[in-house]
Amino acid sequence: MAEYLIKNGFVFDPVQGINGDKKDIAIKDGKIVESVGASAKVIDAAGKTVMAGGVDIHAHVAGPKVNVGRNFRPEDKKQAIYEPGRGVRRMSGGFSVPTVFKTGYEYANMGYTTVMEAAMPPFYARHVHEEIRDTPIIDQGAYPVFGNNWFVLEYLKNGEAENTAAYISWLLRMTKGFAIKCVNPGGTEAWGWGLNCTSIHDPVPYFDITPAEIVKGLIEANEYLKLPHSMHVHSNNLGNPGNYETTLETLKLAEGISAKNDFGREQVLHHTHIQFHSYGGTTWGDFESRADKIADYVNSQKNITCDIGFVTLDETTTMTADGPFEHHLCELNHLKWANTDVELETGSGVVPYVYSPDIYVCGLQWAIGLEIALLAKDSMRFHMTTDHPNAGPFTRYPRVMKWLMSAKARDEMFAGMKNEDKVRDRTGLSTMDRELSLYEIAMMTRAGTAKALGLSHMYGSLTPGLCGDVAVYDYNPETASDPEAIEKAFGKAAFLFKQGELIINDGEIVSNGNKRTLWVNVKTNENPQVERDIALKFNKFYTVNQNNYEVAAHHYVPNPYVFEIDATV
Amino acid sequence: METVTLTIKEQPPLFLEAEVFNPDALASKSAAEIAALPLPMGKTTPVVGDYFTVTGKGGATAAETKVVVNGDLTKVKYIGAHMSAGEVVINGNTDMYVGAWMTGGKITAKGTIGHFAATAMKGGEIIVEGDAGNYLAAAYRGDWRGMQGGRIHVKGNVGSDTGTFMMGGEIVIDGNADVHVMTHADGGKTVIKGNAKSRLGGQMVRGEIYLFGSVDVMMPGFNYVGDVELEVEGVKAKFAEYIGDTGERHPKSKGKLIYGKLYKKK
Amino acid sequence: MANIVSDVICTFCGTLCDDLEIELSDDGKKIKEVYHACAIGAEKFLHSQAEDRITRPRMMQEDGTTKEVSYEEAAKYTAKILCDAKKPLMYGWSSTSCEAQSVGHEIAEAVGGMVDNTATVCHGSSLIAVQDVGIPSCTLGEAMNRADRVVFWGCNPAHAHPRHMSRYSVYPRGFFTGKGAKSRKVIVIDPRKTDTASLADAHLQLDQGRDYELLSALRVAFRGEKLPDFVAGIPKDQIYEAADLLKSGRFVIIYFGMGVTQSLGKNHNIDIAIAVTRDLNDYTKAAIMPMRGHYNVTGSGEVLGWQFGFPYCVDLSRGIARYNPGETSSNDLLVRDEVDAAFILGSDPGAHFPISSVKKIAQLPSVAIDPHLTPTTAVCKLHVPVAFVGVEVGGCCYRMDNVPIESRKVVDPPEGMLTDQEFLTMVLAEVRKCKGV
Repeated sequence: MAEYLIKNGFVFDPVQGINGDKKDIAIKDGKIVESVGASAKVIDAAGKTVMAGGVDIHAHVAGPKVNVGRNFRPEDKKQAIYEPGRGVRRMSGGFSVPTVFKTGYEYANMGYTTVMEAAMPPFYARHVHEEIRDTPIIDQGAYPVFGNNWFVLEYLKNGEAENTAAYISWLLRMTKGFAIKCVNPGGTEAWGWGLNCTSIHDPVPYFDITPAEIVKGLIEANEYLKLPHSMHVHSNNLGNPGNYETTLETLKLAEGISAKNDFGREQVLHHTHIQFHSYGGTTWGDFESRADKIADYVNSQKNITCDIGFVTLDETTTMTADGPFEHHLCELNHLKWANTDVELETGSGVVPYVYSPDIYVCGLQWAIGLEIALLAKDSMRFHMTTDHPNAGPFTRYPRVMKWLMSAKARDEMFAGMKNEDKVRDRTGLSTMDRELSLYEIAMMTRAGTAKALGLSHMYGSLTPGLCGDVAVYDYNPETASDPEAIEKAFGKAAFLFKQGELIINDGEIVSNGNKRTLWVNVKTNENPQVERDIALKFNKFYTVNQNNYEVAAHHYVPNPYVFEIDATV
Repeated sequence: METVTLTIKEQPPLFLEAEVFNPDALASKSAAEIAALPLPMGKTTPVVGDYFTVTGKGGATAAETKVVVNGDLTKVKYIGAHMSAGEVVINGNTDMYVGAWMTGGKITAKGTIGHFAATAMKGGEIIVEGDAGNYLAAAYRGDWRGMQGGRIHVKGNVGSDTGTFMMGGEIVIDGNADVHVMTHADGGKTVIKGNAKSRLGGQMVRGEIYLFGSVDVMMPGFNYVGDVELEVEGVKAKFAEYIGDTGERHPKSKGKLIYGKLYKKK
Repeated sequence: MANIVSDVICTFCGTLCDDLEIELSDDGKKIKEVYHACAIGAEKFLHSQAEDRITRPRMMQEDGTTKEVSYEEAAKYTAKILCDAKKPLMYGWSSTSCEAQSVGHEIAEAVGGMVDNTATVCHGSSLIAVQDVGIPSCTLGEAMNRADRVVFWGCNPAHAHPRHMSRYSVYPRGFFTGKGAKSRKVIVIDPRKTDTASLADAHLQLDQGRDYELLSALRVAFRGEKLPDFVAGIPKDQIYEAADLLKSGRFVIIYFGMGVTQSLGKNHNIDIAIAVTRDLNDYTKAAIMPMRGHYNVTGSGEVLGWQFGFPYCVDLSRGIARYNPGETSSNDLLVRDEVDAAFILGSDPGAHFPISSVKKIAQLPSVAIDPHLTPTTAVCKLHVPVAFVGVEVGGCCYRMDNVPIESRKVVDPPEGMLTDQEFLTMVLAEVRKCKGV
């Protein structure tokens, strides 16, 4: 394999403490190395920014509800230019729900090399993996959802922690999953009857367990299994005025618990798209930001990480396993609503949404995400996401960067709002002049996310030994003055390497790379009880036979990267 | 006003996509430049000059450009699509997408036009001497935003699915309408001077339908509320007023529900 | 000791039963018996064993006879007609695996093809309706475990999805439906007195072609508004009763089929049925599900969706994907002479399309890829037989509720016979040669 030397770029690597120094980065045999020989190909990065490939900790890019989004929104394809194939590229289109080809290419264009699919319904895992397999360039993993799973609800209700862990390890293997995801705990099972759990103490109909018990139980199971990532939660009461209290109650469940794993992960709970969960007020009329309370709490708790879910003020498509929320949303905006409840496991909903800068609630949502990020004391623990596509398409990350890095750009957005004064009034963002640096952005987009995922031994930094995932952007931090340059440069990487292979050369995608699917194979003690419980449920209540459930690795996961963990006692 | 005249000289083996036959695309262009513009047919890209003779030239702007298209245009799509100003005259029967996505200007079709005409129209005027096809002034697939403005007058008949998801503007049909008129409409007005079949105003939230002729089957969710004297498109008459679709949601204004309206000439 | 392969997926209809047991001969080469399948599914496996199977491609000659050609020649001919055509139609896809569909899509992208599947004469109307109003739905097991009101609207599972009622919709004892059929009220809405209707607790025998009006009347009834004395031939009292029966359930599931997707209004019928379902969610829990026909038409829609962004009627002729049923749909393209070559795989338009379309196929350069002799293979210039997916080669398939299940290989195909995926891979290589890439 070719050797490369990326010369003279401004390097930003928070893991190594490199803050814009001019450094050469060497790549050999798929990895970052200290140095290479004279025959190495030289990439001239003078005047350019160099970072490790981006790592996205939460995006809905592969699977049944994503595809519902594509198929039920032909009009989404008209929101962006549909590009024909050229060279190694297939044709690619879609704006808020791009096709798999576009997903791979546009992440690569932003210099991202690893993306985690945020929610995988286990019953449909094969579909998720088919899409992941067809998505070019980026390494991917997927998080199976557990928060409304009948086995989990029953085991946790019975206080059977070991059985919970055994079942989770079995399901991770069956679905080739990477982490424990928990969406609207208990509420989506309640939605099976058209109900919901909006507080962490609402008991789930029939199963009679509370969201608090589910969250706590899953956090403990995660540490029992010593997984690379922590429990990843989308807490109850998403999107409702006043929900910041539910969020704080959920976060508090992690107090006193410390992380157990061999991957360098320090948090025990990751709260996703926390912007949607930081609302004050009691109705849409007195709706206001409570970013301050949320940021304060996360700042003070070293064992919590979060990703923001920045609202980008676009016409987009919401999609989540929080089924009841999506029904609620379609009652608000009267747009088309797709819903799929999944036997024994979960549910989902998909509804288009137009975030208009003229609607003050949307303006406030935009502000709240930025406010949280700018209140962060440690940007390693507050990550960049738009909960794609819920708060906006992932292709807007460079635009969000611009807003974080330029108070002027934020003021321009405020000025374009019909209800500017009302929005400014309800958020602390109005008077914040903090501007994040590229160093902090690098934390939010690669160093912090890689660490939170337990993948800092592979990604997120340019430390020699790590994967040769390197992005070079046409952005000169010493001379750049116009915030628009940020959005432009970070949306079109000049060069991109994935595992040491040149993917983007001079702004053009020249290779589809050799993407890998990351999944976790945890060994637990033999558990005949759980084996029997599984066999029984398949026999009576699932509509697929147990022997047909597992996602066979051979061709759904053609290039696996398996994390082998021994959690036996 | 400068005029570009395009006359078809040879029928194509398949269908031509004439996305350039509108004032916006032809403004500021000479006949030679126009003849060199692409006229896709399947995966091939012949040019305008391969199938049309071109005379005249474009005006300085779309507003100052008139496009006249002559001949049997039944295998030509997209005439007048996306236009924002100026004039288009179609002297022959033509195919799909006439005036689709137009925002201004005027189209006069002397013959019949095909399906999907005036998709998501936002402004301007279309006059059709002959018949129109299905999906006249409908939204694009999946979009909840249909016709928002402008005026369409069809002197002949129309097919099915007229005004689907309509939000504004007006459609006048001198002849008959096939099934499904203003389905899912949230505004706008359609006048049918001839007869209708069924599914008038199905799932309509707001909007108005005026029917001069007969209807085979009324939607069950339209309730008769009384007679009114109206003048519609120059005709003064008594109309039976129906409100509906009572099976659909309706917004409130000042505490009262706003329904769609169907007026049937007595 | 019998040689039994279990957990076999039946690759006939959208019910995608996965509990079949196939008894093989001791040497594993022949299928002897099929257990648990319905009569159609059993025949799917058994007929693959027919002695007179066509095992090599055949090219139609000038005099109407056919001559055997090699797979290599067949691939070259197929590639040539696709590359030479200005706008080739590539239709079918519903009776093959997702893996094969994917290779087909690469070919279509390379040759600027029109890619369409059997939804175009089946549940395409449902796809259009979902694009307009969405769809509150669930997996079959969810309905099995919870539903106490089961509606069959314009479909006849007793004939078309024979094991649907026993595996999912009426008879199973689910988690919250332990009394089986007694837990459920079954309502059939159909102008015909079908075999399914004869099992129902209530049968609304409406006027043919007036489903849209009746569904609208249900919505009017939900809101307590007034109705005319009769709608679609059903007295209004019965309509109010039906509305109450649905609202009083704790989980309503509506299954629907061609009776509504292909009768007057088509997508509008489905649209308003979805609206009925959505309205019911204001009072109780409700879901609706299309009874998909071919075992992998759903899969074709899924793969087209994630690769191109649309579920059927996909126009790739201009290098990008465009979509508009009515323009880009197979029958419209054929009848209007808008395509100049026909490539058909995994379906039988010769049997299912209007004769006016089939006549056009017969006039075009054409290839049919199908294990069987069909009305389609009879009118195409080239017939390429391939292995049966689910019998002789495995592959991923999607059930009517979009659940992906991997079908298995049970026996080898006849000696020297290729699979769809293998043949398409050869065609793709030939297409690349044609194009010089």
